[in-house]
Amino acid sequence: MKLTVNGKELTIEKSINLKDLLVVAKAEQPDYVTVELNGEFVDHSGFESTFVKDGDKVEFLYFMGGGAR
Amino acid sequence: MSSLTNEQIERYSRHIILDKVGGKGQEKLLGGKVLVIGTGGLGAPAAMYLAAAGVGTIGLVDFDVVDLSNLQRQIIHQTKDVGKAKVQSGQETIAAMNSDVEVHTYNEMVTSKNIRDIIRDQDYDFIIDGTDNFPAKFLINDACVFEKKPFSHAGIIRFQGQLMTYVPGKGPCYRCVFPTMPPKDAVPTCRQAGVLGVMGGVIGTLQATEALKYILGIGDLLTGYLLTYDALTMTFRKIKIPRNPNCGICSDHPTITELIDYEQPACDLRHH
Repeated sequence: MKLTVNGKELTIEKSINLKDLLVVAKAEQPDYVTVELNGEFVDHSGFESTFVKDGDKVEFLYFMGGGAR
Repeated sequence: MSSLTNEQIERYSRHIILDKVGGKGQEKLLGGKVLVIGTGGLGAPAAMYLAAAGVGTIGLVDFDVVDLSNLQRQIIHQTKDVGKAKVQSGQETIAAMNSDVEVHTYNEMVTSKNIRDIIRDQDYDFIIDGTDNFPAKFLINDACVFEKKPFSHAGIIRFQGQLMTYVPGKGPCYRCVFPTMPPKDAVPTCRQAGVLGVMGGVIGTLQATEALKYILGIGDLLTGYLLTYDALTMTFRKIKIPRNPNCGICSDHPTITELIDYEQPACDLRHH
């Protein structure tokens, strides 16, 4: 099945949950990433129970703290 | 009748000729009030472009002094300013650029005790978050939600940057996307990870653009969107972000009802 992860196509063999997708898609710092699935936020508590399906659009949003000093 | 002087008509002629700005828009900018929190990588270019554009009142907040290592990206400060308070250095630069601009300086760190008073001091129209740490970013978000003020969030690190614009009642706040502070030292800062100097110029200038658009009432703001920028691949992505129905502060049933002073990351306290 094909997913779009952060704007890029990703092909996986079978449906996996978001926790595993974070590993497969090589998310940086998976403990602190915000996940948006088809335009809705998924809470970290739902990462294990939420499975992706063909055509899903997933965004990993990262903390970015720099700016001043 | 326009209240612009002949000198102002000449100075701002490239604005005035724009259909969406005109003399009326320039008057709005001259009457506009923007608070820039942090006069570093993001705040320096943001404040300079706002000053050049003729935003009549600019507030600068920073508790730091200019360090030699700042000059690689914080273009509002110069070599002669090393050791000087950043807000003073910034005020002097703006004064030399454009005498139409009144600068208010706040030589202090924003905290739960002072931030709402600073925002109210000149009843600022728009706030720019140019800070480098998460306690300040969450504090600015929460204060702007409480004070019902729009603000531009941004962050830069290494070769990447991001920004979004909060407008009260119109879209998500920072906490909708990032509900809680990352643990201390979990996410690297520029001091730890480095940053290409121009990143502040690109992202800080986009923050200034949002402030100008907001004051002018033109175009579409980055409300409900997170814009990300990767300089290495030269990729901008505009990611639609929803309001979070469970947001701790801007939802219909908030759990956060007062400002919080989170612990500063140890790396940021090292020099102070």
